[in-house]
Amino acid sequence: MSGREDSGTWTGGYAPYDLVKELCVAVGVIALLAVLLAVLFSSPDDPPSTIAQWSRQMPVDFVSTATAELDGSSGTGGYGPPYNHNGSGQHIAFIELQKWLGVSHPIDTANDFVINPLRSVPGAPALHSAIATYQAAPTKTQEGWSTAYATALEKATTGPNGAVRVAPGEYGPLPVMMNGLLVLAQSGGLDGALLSSRQFYKTDYTKPLLFMADGGLLSGRAEQQHLLGDQWGMMNETGSYPGQVWLWLYTLWYQVEPFKSSENADALVMLVMGALSLAFILIPFIPGIRDLPRRIPIYRLIWREHYRAQRT
Amino acid sequence: MSVATPPKTSWTTRTREHAVDALPPEKLLPDSQPTYVASWIYVFGVASLASLIVVVGSGTILALKGPAWWHETGIGHFFNSIHLWAVELFFFAMVVHLWGKYWMAAWRGGRARVWITGAVTFIVAIPTALTGYVSQQNFDAQWISTQAKDGLNSTGIGAFFNVTDFGQMYSYHVLLLPAAVIALVVGHVLLVRRHGVVPPFPLESVRPSPSSAEGAPS
Repeated sequence: MSGREDSGTWTGGYAPYDLVKELCVAVGVIALLAVLLAVLFSSPDDPPSTIAQWSRQMPVDFVSTATAELDGSSGTGGYGPPYNHNGSGQHIAFIELQKWLGVSHPIDTANDFVINPLRSVPGAPALHSAIATYQAAPTKTQEGWSTAYATALEKATTGPNGAVRVAPGEYGPLPVMMNGLLVLAQSGGLDGALLSSRQFYKTDYTKPLLFMADGGLLSGRAEQQHLLGDQWGMMNETGSYPGQVWLWLYTLWYQVEPFKSSENADALVMLVMGALSLAFILIPFIPGIRDLPRRIPIYRLIWREHYRAQRT
Repeated sequence: MSVATPPKTSWTTRTREHAVDALPPEKLLPDSQPTYVASWIYVFGVASLASLIVVVGSGTILALKGPAWWHETGIGHFFNSIHLWAVELFFFAMVVHLWGKYWMAAWRGGRARVWITGAVTFIVAIPTALTGYVSQQNFDAQWISTQAKDGLNSTGIGAFFNVTDFGQMYSYHVLLLPAAVIALVVGHVLLVRRHGVVPPFPLESVRPSPSSAEGAPS
C-alpha cells in the first residue's frame, strides 16, 4: 500500500493519461451539448416594457405612480441612498453601509420624473401655467392636492382617448399636469426624456427603470412569469428556463423569518450570504466542516477502484 | 558571436527559474496520472473548464456582433442560446466538481490554495452571470436589475455598481468579470498541476467500519 500519504505527494503507481486530448474531447462534447440544448430549447427573449406601453395599457396606474413621484411618496421618492436623502436605507444594528456610501445616482423624483419632462413639452401654455401654479404653491397646499388626487385616482376611469378621468375635487393644477404627462408618455416622449445622460449616446437606464418599477406593469408581468420575490423569483427566468438556479440559497432566506418580514431583509440576507461565502472559501481551515469528508465515507465510492486494488 | 551570461539579479532569469522550478514541463503537462484518478467525478473538473471555454467562445461571438444582434437575427439568437446553455452547464459542472472535491477533502497536503481559488471562482462567476442577465436588454433584464439593486444598495455596493446602468453592466460582463474568472481558473489549474490531484485517504487514518462497503478500507 505504498504511496498513500494524507498530506504529501503520491509515490504510488501512475497510468498513461492524455490530458490535452481529454480537454479537447471535453470541449467538443460540451459544445455539442450546448448546441443541442440551444436547438431543442432556444433561449427566452421577452420584449422589454416601455413607459409608452405602460401608460397606454395602464393609464390610471401610470398617473397614480406619477402623482406619487411628484409628492415623493413613491418607492424611489423615499428610497434614500444611492438615489436621494429621503430615507436612511437599510442597516444592520449600527452598520449603515447604504447611508455611509452616500447618494451616487441622485434622483429627485418630482423634478426628474414629472416637472422637467413636462417643461420640455413645447407650445402648451396651459400646461406650463399649471406647472408654475404648482411650484408657486406652499408645500402644504401641494400635499393637499396630491392626497386628494391620489384618493380620487383610486376610483378613476379611462376615457376613449386614453385620458384619465376623476371625480371633481380640489386637485389644483394636478389634473392638467398629469394628463399632460400621460399624453407625453403615451407618445413615447417620456421614455427618452428620462434617460440621464447629457451626451448623445445613452446607456444609463436608471431613471426610466426606477420610474417603471414604482408602477404596476413590471410587477404584473413578473408575477405572471413567477419572478416575484415570494415566488423564488431571484432564481427564475422568463419562460420555462432554469434561470440562475445557483442563487437558490440567496432566495431561500427571503422565504423564511426573520428575513421575510424584516425591513432590512436585503442587508440581512447579504450579510448571511457574505458570511457563508467566506466560510465556503475557508472550509480547509474550519474544524468540523473540514473533517466531515473523513467521517462520512463518500470517498469510498469515489476511490472504490483504488481501495479494491489495495485490498487485493 | 557569444551571448553574455545574464546577471543573477536579472528579474527575467529569476522569474523563469522560479516558474520552471515550481512547474517543470512534465508537471505542467503530464502524460500520466496517479492510478487512483479513476472515477467519473474527475470528469466534472475538465467539464467545468470545457464549459467555460464554450461560454467564452460563444460570448466572444456575441460581443463581436454587439448587444443588439441577438435580438434581431435568428443566428444571433442561436448563439445567445448556446451562450445561455453553456453557462448553465458551467455552473452545473462546477457545483458537482466542488461537491466532489469537498468529499475528497481536496485541500489536504498543502492544497488549501487549490480549494480557495476554486471556491472564489464559483463566487466570482455569480456576478459574472448576473451582469449578463441584466445586460440582455429585455424584460428579464428590466426585472432582474430593478430587483437586484435593492440587495446591492443595502450593502453600499450599489453606490459604484449600478445594475440599472446598461453601459456599466455590459463592460463588467464582457471584460472585467470574465477576465477575473479566467485568471482565477488559470491560477487554479496551475495550482492543481503543481500540487497534483489529491490522493485518497490513507487506510490507517480511516476509521474501521464493521459494515464497510465493497472496496472500503479496512
